Amino acid sequence: MEFVNPEGLRLDGRRPMEMRQLRAEIGAVARADGSAVFEMGNTKVIAAVYGPREVQNKSQQSNDQALVRCEYTMANFSTGDRKRKPKGDRRSTEISLVIRQTMEACILTHLMPRSQIDIYVQVLQADGGTRSACINAATLALADAGIPMRDLVTSCSSGYLNSTPLLDLNYLEDSAGGPDVTVGFLPKLDRVTLLQMDAKLPVDIVENVMQLAIEGCKAIATYIREVLLENTKQLEYRRGL
Amino acid sequence: MRGIQLSLNQTQKIRLQRALQQLESLSSKVNSNASVTVADTIPINNEDSILKGHGTSERGGDVVATLCGVVERVNKLVYVRTLRARYKPEVGDIIVGRVVEVAQKRWKLEINFSQDAVLMLSSMNLPDGIQRRRTALDELNMRYIFEENDVVCAEVRNFQHDGTLQLQARSQKYGKLEKGQLLKVPPYLVKRQKHHFHHLDEYDVDVILGCNGFIWVGEHVDVRESMVEDQTENAGEQNSRSNKSLEDTPIETRRRICQIANAIRVLSNLGFNITVEVILEAVNLSSKLDCGVDEMLGPEFHVALAEREAQRRSQSKKKG
Repeated sequence: MEFVNPEGLRLDGRRPMEMRQLRAEIGAVARADGSAVFEMGNTKVIAAVYGPREVQNKSQQSNDQALVRCEYTMANFSTGDRKRKPKGDRRSTEISLVIRQTMEACILTHLMPRSQIDIYVQVLQADGGTRSACINAATLALADAGIPMRDLVTSCSSGYLNSTPLLDLNYLEDSAGGPDVTVGFLPKLDRVTLLQMDAKLPVDIVENVMQLAIEGCKAIATYIREVLLENTKQLEYRRGL
Repeated sequence: MRGIQLSLNQTQKIRLQRALQQLESLSSKVNSNASVTVADTIPINNEDSILKGHGTSERGGDVVATLCGVVERVNKLVYVRTLRARYKPEVGDIIVGRVVEVAQKRWKLEINFSQDAVLMLSSMNLPDGIQRRRTALDELNMRYIFEENDVVCAEVRNFQHDGTLQLQARSQKYGKLEKGQLLKVPPYLVKRQKHHFHHLDEYDVDVILGCNGFIWVGEHVDVRESMVEDQTENAGEQNSRSNKSLEDTPIETRRRICQIANAIRVLSNLGFNITVEVILEAVNLSSKLDCGVDEMLGPEFHVALAEREAQRRSQSKKKG
């Protein structure tokens, strides 16, 4: 199948190095401590953060750091054909773990001992790159909840199809079976915290593809910062005083 | 931006926007560029003498924010004041909490902090008002004082060395709250003030603005019963207390409680600072607009209150 046509356009009309449109909204869940909706094109994810709060399972409590928990679910209606078994499959367990580890790496857990932070992410529309979108949404929600972090971790995926590196794969490109590199990145620290790929790729190309994903992460970070800054300003001037 | 989730029509949308814009222009220009997000560098003028406070960390010689908020400087101290974070207790704060557990000699209270707070049996006055050692019998009767899910008002006493928060309720004004509503608002909207207990005379309603963002609106109760009287009429007093709690609240009072509670809900939806003056103003506005208690949470009242607040702030600015 042709994923990049001779004019250099992809199936959805993007250039190889082009990202889908981003949209972020803070404060989507009224009762949560922090929440956000994050969209990358047709992929739409909602995240809610509760905590730091009292540890529910006392045996997991630790006296020098906070406990971070994460739950990833896909809504039944999120995919093209309706899914029957909603929870507990291997895929979502794995993604929950990935998101938890990525977020735990950037939260300053030692500042909140004997407490727990719960992150719930749910995919509302799946069109490729749900993993990245979930991490971005979780970052926004954590920042909204006022949880201290080292840096805003952002994530983006990239792939390699028709001998072209492609940024931010959608569902069609994702299911083509080619390599799919998901990168989690701390933009200010300039560090990679997550790198996933489940295919084979020559070494010299991996470098390029990864670099492309990192560039994507940086672009997302700029956008997220804008949204957060605007939100902070709004809250401040509305409060008055 | 944190959107206000309401179904506004076109006119209301424009009115709300204009009111918010006015508020933006009124906010002090001094702090306009003090907002930071996570990992932003905080500019420091003289680098040698500075104390890093909350929400900051050092990275390669720079001071970096670890939170979203507003940078505050007090002499050498630089810290980030967060908006929308959980409550950070300070000794002496008056708080409202909900009992989640009755344990050995103590109650555990949910107070919107990162842990549950502890109210010891020994750090509160017994209902009979006598100062004495707490016996095993008192311990067995703890559920007569507070049960699970009771709403309690108390004061922050201290932090223990292991980080747990201790409360105390050593006065008649603290204790169980009944016949009213508990509202949860973001704690940054409640400012620490001289008075947190308010009796709104014309409505005959008590409002307690807990520093932790829990606000109590309830029927007015007189708590100034002298200790001596308590001691002499120990049994009788307890009876009258239980009788009193059985009495029904008149419908008129209930309506007023709901009216005030809804006013506070709207203020918190709009993200306005919550003080008694502002609450009273909102309630007056609702009476003036002839806005029913059930209509107060609708879009029209939100917009009207935003406009009113903009007007109020511009007036107070002119005066000042």
